[in-house]
Amino acid sequence: MTVTGAPMWAVVPAAAVLLVMALAAAVLDAVFDTAAAGGGGTAVHGRRWSRPLVEVARLMRQRGRTTVEPDRLLWRIGTAGPLVAALLMAAVVPVGGTVVADLPVGIVWFNAVDVTLWAAVWLAGWGPNSVYPLIGGYRFVAQALGYELPLMFALTAPAVAAGSLSVGEVVRAQQGLWFAVWMPVAFVVFLGAVAALGVWGPFSSPVGRDAAGGVLAEAAGVDRLLLLTGRYALLAAGSGMAVALFLGGGAGPWLPGWAWSLLKTLAVLAALVALRRRLPVLRPERIVRLGWLVALPAVLLQLLVVSAVVVAKG
Amino acid sequence: MMLELFLLLASALFAIGVYGALSQQTVVMVMMGLELMVNGVIVAAAAFWYFLAPAAPDGQVLVLVVIAAMTVDMAMGFAVVTLLFRARDADMTDMAAELKR
Amino acid sequence: MQIALFCVLAVVAVVSGAAVFVVDSMARATYALALSFVAVGASLLLLDLAYLGVVTILMMVMEMAIMAVFMIMFMMNPAGLMPMSMLHNRRGAPAISGGIFLALGALVLLVPWPERRGTVPADPTRAVGEAIMGSKMLVMIGVSAVLFTTIVAALVLATSRGRYGDDEPAGYGHGESHGPHNGHGGGHDAHAGHGGHGGHGTHAAPPAAEGSGT
Repeated sequence: MTVTGAPMWAVVPAAAVLLVMALAAAVLDAVFDTAAAGGGGTAVHGRRWSRPLVEVARLMRQRGRTTVEPDRLLWRIGTAGPLVAALLMAAVVPVGGTVVADLPVGIVWFNAVDVTLWAAVWLAGWGPNSVYPLIGGYRFVAQALGYELPLMFALTAPAVAAGSLSVGEVVRAQQGLWFAVWMPVAFVVFLGAVAALGVWGPFSSPVGRDAAGGVLAEAAGVDRLLLLTGRYALLAAGSGMAVALFLGGGAGPWLPGWAWSLLKTLAVLAALVALRRRLPVLRPERIVRLGWLVALPAVLLQLLVVSAVVVAKG
Repeated sequence: MMLELFLLLASALFAIGVYGALSQQTVVMVMMGLELMVNGVIVAAAAFWYFLAPAAPDGQVLVLVVIAAMTVDMAMGFAVVTLLFRARDADMTDMAAELKR
Repeated sequence: MQIALFCVLAVVAVVSGAAVFVVDSMARATYALALSFVAVGASLLLLDLAYLGVVTILMMVMEMAIMAVFMIMFMMNPAGLMPMSMLHNRRGAPAISGGIFLALGALVLLVPWPERRGTVPADPTRAVGEAIMGSKMLVMIGVSAVLFTTIVAALVLATSRGRYGDDEPAGYGHGESHGPHNGHGGGHDAHAGHGGHGGHGTHAAPPAAEGSGT
C-alpha cells in the first residue's frame, strides 16, 4: 500500500485520534486494574472503565500546586513536553494510506522526537525545585541511556530492509511479509522502548511509588493531567509506529487501510497495557545493564541478519 | 544573498562561542562556548554545501565530521572535568593552572 | 517566505546562544544552548538537508540532556538561586569575540563568493550516504577510530578506580598534589564555600562509567 501526505487540516483529526487512543489506553488500564477495585474506599466511585473520565474531570477542577522557588518556565516546558512529543511522533505515523507529514526521513524524525523526552521528563522533574521529582527526572535520564541505543538500532532494521528512511516506504516494503516476522528481536526491543518512552511497566521507576510518585509528585490539577495524558499518548504514538514499522501498517483483508491501522495499534496498545502489571519495575542501573549487555548485542545481531538478507536479495 | 545571511549567522554563533570560552571560569561553561563555536561551523558547512557546490557531497560529510568532533569534545571534556574534580576538587580553569607545567 | 523563516530561526539561535552566558540557572543555560541547536537544525532543513538537520537536533538535544547533568554536578549554584559572577577576562573576551565577529562578517560580505556549481541532488540523504560508503569512506573510518579511542580514553580518565583498576588504592597518584607543593592552595581557600552546595556530594561516577564495572 502506498502512503501519501495529507493536507494541512489533517493535523486536527490526527491529534483527536491520538487523544482518543490515549483515553482508550487509560480506560483499558483501569479495567485491568483489579487491585484497586476491592479496597479503594471512597476514592473509587462508579465502574472501573469510567474511572479515567472521572479522574480527568477531577484534575480539571483541581488547583495546581506551587512550590518554593520553582523554575516555572522550565516546569511548564517539561509538563507539556511529553504530550507535544507524542503529537510530533504521531505526525509521521501513517494511518492506512495517509500520513500527516510525509517526511523523507520520518524514522529519524521519530528518533529525534523521542530524544527530546530526555529533556522534557528531566525538566518536569527539575522545574518544581522539589526532591522527589528531581530524583524521578534523573532516573529517567539514567534509564534513557539504557534504552536509547537499542531503540536506535531497532529503528535502523526496518529502514535497512526497506532501503529508505521514510515510514511510508517501510510500510510499502512489507507487502507479503511483515517485518515483525523476520526481525522479531528488533520488534520486541522497539516495543520495550515504547514502554520506556511512556515511563511504563518495568520502566516506571521515574514515577515510582518509592519516590512518592517521582516526576508526578508535585504535579497537580491540569499539570498532572497533561503529564498523564502525555504518557498514554506516547504509548499510543509508539504503538502506531510499531504497527507501521513492523506490522504492515494498514495492510489487511476486507477492512479499509485506516481501520486496520487503528485496530492493530489498539491491539499493540492493549498488549502494552496488559503487560504492565505482569512485569516488575526495574531500577535504572538494571535497565542500563540489560540495555547494553543484552538488548544492544541482540539487536545488532538482528541488524546483521537483516543486512545480510538485503544484500543477498540484491 | 542567502549565503551571506547564513554565514553571518555562523559568524555570530562562533563569536558568541569565543566569548563564552574566553570569559567563563568554569570548565563546563567553557565547553558550552566550544559547542556554540562548533554550532557556527555546522551552519557554515551546510551553507557552503548548498550555495556553492551542492553536487559534491563534501559539505554534508563535513557536517557529519563536525557533529562527531562535537561528541568527542563532550566526552573528553567531561572525563577530564570529572578527573580534575576528583583529584583537586577543582571545577574552575584557573584552579587547574598547574596543568600548564 | 524562506528568508523570513530563516531570519526567525537565526534570531532564535543567536539570542538563545547568547542567553547561555547570561542566565544564572545552569538548567536554563543548558537548554538555551539546546534551543540554539534546534534552531540551527531547523535552518538546515531550509537547505534541503532533511537528514542532517534532524540528526543535528537529535544529537544536540541528547548531548544537552547529558550536559545538564554535568553542569549541575560540577557548578556551584546550579539553580541560579544565588546569583554570582563566574567570569574572568572581562575586558578581553568581549573585545576579542567582537573583533572576531567583525572580521568574519567583513570577510563574508567582501569575499566574492564563486558561482554555484551543480544542483542539489534529488535526495541529498542518499547522496551523503553513498559518499560515506564510497568516495568518503576513509573519513568515516577515521572518525570511527577516533570515536572508539574517545570511549576508551574517557572511561579511563573518568572511572573512579583510576587507570589501574582495583590494584590502585583510591586517590593514589592524585594524592601527591595535596601534600607538599600546595602551590594552588590560595585558589583553593578562596573557594572555601565550595563544598557547601549540594551538587558536589553526588559526583560518585559519571553515568557512562558505571557500565564499565566488571
